[in-house]
Amino acid sequence: MAGWHLHKGTAVALDRESIDTDQLIPARFMSTPRASGYGDFLLHDLRFDAAGRAQPDFPLNRYPDASVLVSRRNFGSGSSREAAVYALADFGFKVIVAPSFGDIFASNAVNNGLLPARVDDTDAFLRALADGPLPAVADLEHQIIKVGDTALPFQIDATWREKLINGWDDIDLTRAHQTDIAAFRAARRQAAPWAFTNEQTDT
Amino acid sequence: MSGQTLLDKLWSAHEVVRREDGASLMWVDRHLVHEGSHHAFAKIAERGLRVAEPGLTTGVVDHYAPTRGPAQDPAVADMINRLERNCTEHGIVCLGLSDPRQGIVHVIGPELGLTLPGLMINCGDSHTSTHGAFGALAFGIGATEVAHVLATQTIWQKKPKAMRITVEGTLGPGVGAKDMALAWIAKLGADAARGHAIEYAGPAVRGLSMEGRMTLCNLSIEGGARFGMVSPDDTTFAYVKGRPFAPEGAVWDAALGAWETLPTDTDAEFDRDITLNASEIAPIVTWGTSPEDALPVTASVPDPGQLDGARAERVRSALAYMDLSPGQALANVPVDQVFIGSCTNARIEDLRAAAAVLAGRRAKVPGLVSPGSRAVKTQAEAEGLDRIFTDAGLEWVGAGCSMCVAMNGDVVAPGKRCASTTNRNFRGRQGPGARTHLMSPSMVAAAAVTGHLADVRPMLEGRSV
Repeated sequence: MAGWHLHKGTAVALDRESIDTDQLIPARFMSTPRASGYGDFLLHDLRFDAAGRAQPDFPLNRYPDASVLVSRRNFGSGSSREAAVYALADFGFKVIVAPSFGDIFASNAVNNGLLPARVDDTDAFLRALADGPLPAVADLEHQIIKVGDTALPFQIDATWREKLINGWDDIDLTRAHQTDIAAFRAARRQAAPWAFTNEQTDT
Repeated sequence: MSGQTLLDKLWSAHEVVRREDGASLMWVDRHLVHEGSHHAFAKIAERGLRVAEPGLTTGVVDHYAPTRGPAQDPAVADMINRLERNCTEHGIVCLGLSDPRQGIVHVIGPELGLTLPGLMINCGDSHTSTHGAFGALAFGIGATEVAHVLATQTIWQKKPKAMRITVEGTLGPGVGAKDMALAWIAKLGADAARGHAIEYAGPAVRGLSMEGRMTLCNLSIEGGARFGMVSPDDTTFAYVKGRPFAPEGAVWDAALGAWETLPTDTDAEFDRDITLNASEIAPIVTWGTSPEDALPVTASVPDPGQLDGARAERVRSALAYMDLSPGQALANVPVDQVFIGSCTNARIEDLRAAAAVLAGRRAKVPGLVSPGSRAVKTQAEAEGLDRIFTDAGLEWVGAGCSMCVAMNGDVVAPGKRCASTTNRNFRGRQGPGARTHLMSPSMVAAAAVTGHLADVRPMLEGRSV
């Protein structure tokens, strides 16, 4: 995963609260292989009607080049499905700006290089975007989001910021701790043998 | 210095390393995988990695498990086959459709005694918090994290803040753990517990059975908390003892000794402390498209005109989707069908509660009853509960996630209203255009009998519950 510290793109507004992961990707699409790209599934049932026709006024249908999404509280609440992040990333989003995020969604986002930027009050951004998309900048070093002429600071967990900037992969990081893990395992086996089922008989 | 919480004790017992930036590398005692794990298995295959601890990993078919005959849709069958192939490839036990131990992952873990106090448990499912009912550190993870656990049997995680929800008083008749959970989520909001682990405490929580505690912990994520837990006590130990993977003999004695030190110390402090009174909780139903949109069934649909800004917009939009009017009495809202099932409410006590209402009565609407596991199904049949459901006109089907997440073919049709014992009423959750009302099993039974949302309490008179 490539690290990044500055993103310049186009911002659009999704002016609704509580966009949950079932909205982000309906479950019926999740048996499709990722290789075919999940971008078309993003917010599918808000973007397309029951007959599969695109709603022309839905922001994502009008502005398919958008890469910064500005929304409201509780974005990405609900299930742990990482497919919700794949759908956003495959559509082209790099940054989501909202006052709050589902914890699991935010963690999944960071693991895919997508920034969940917490801005206390996104009203100013949403008002600015009411008439259409605007150029936007996300600055990870200084933790600032700029949408049009409005700049606001954003919060993100320090460990996540480091991961995004460095493009760290957790499995690689963990490799440095192999000895610690082995030692921990041995100690735990002694202290809590009931925690290890490998030697129990399968019923 | 104040005492330690259950969270503190669990965290320090599993922390392998703490990084300078505050992240902990945590040892995972149990890794449960279901069909959704295919992304993660693909990731480790790409890197040529093996599963580090197949003996600490258990696979189970649940999200796509067909509940009525074999899988009709090849895509569904393929998801199931993929899990079985991945498990076989790595030497992981997989509880497939022909295994008597199969069922919903958060039902079978505790049933089999895989879930124990003091363990760290991960699964690629947000309702993993269910296992916290045992005084375990249990949380849901995404696909990249699942791959990491498969490859290393560890996970990086920042220690959450600690929230305690103390429930005083006593639950009234016809009111249970589901109502308790929906009550705190409605009171505090669906994102209230973000960044926190919740410990549930107080006499009303102590008074819950293990299944009740599982329901309560299960719904933690709907209030924003990745982790939900209850300090273990004699109720916990009695449930665990004798289960297939529970320790025995001298090892049991040693385990018990360790588990008895887990409960939160009396002088421990929490970042947030909330108190609720169980006596004030009435049977609750959701009316909208978030679990926080919940009210006593005796109340009326809210009026967005009384609210401001984005919240007013969301409520307006939810009411339009749900086809409800401001001020409409909830107790008159007709339903088209019912569903009893899911990791929230499909254990034997949930089925008994629904059967207590349905016994000798006919359902006015069709519905599915999906027991949480094959073991629950067998037990329910031994108790004659299945006949109560079928005599009432409901369908008694196999075990799986079924209509909760509608991935296996069990779907609510567009525009249909379903009274459901599940955990999410999001738009389209049970099928595109589906309208979900969440409530307890006895309340779903009441809806089945009356054909509308209804207060179950009068219907319990003269019946042993």
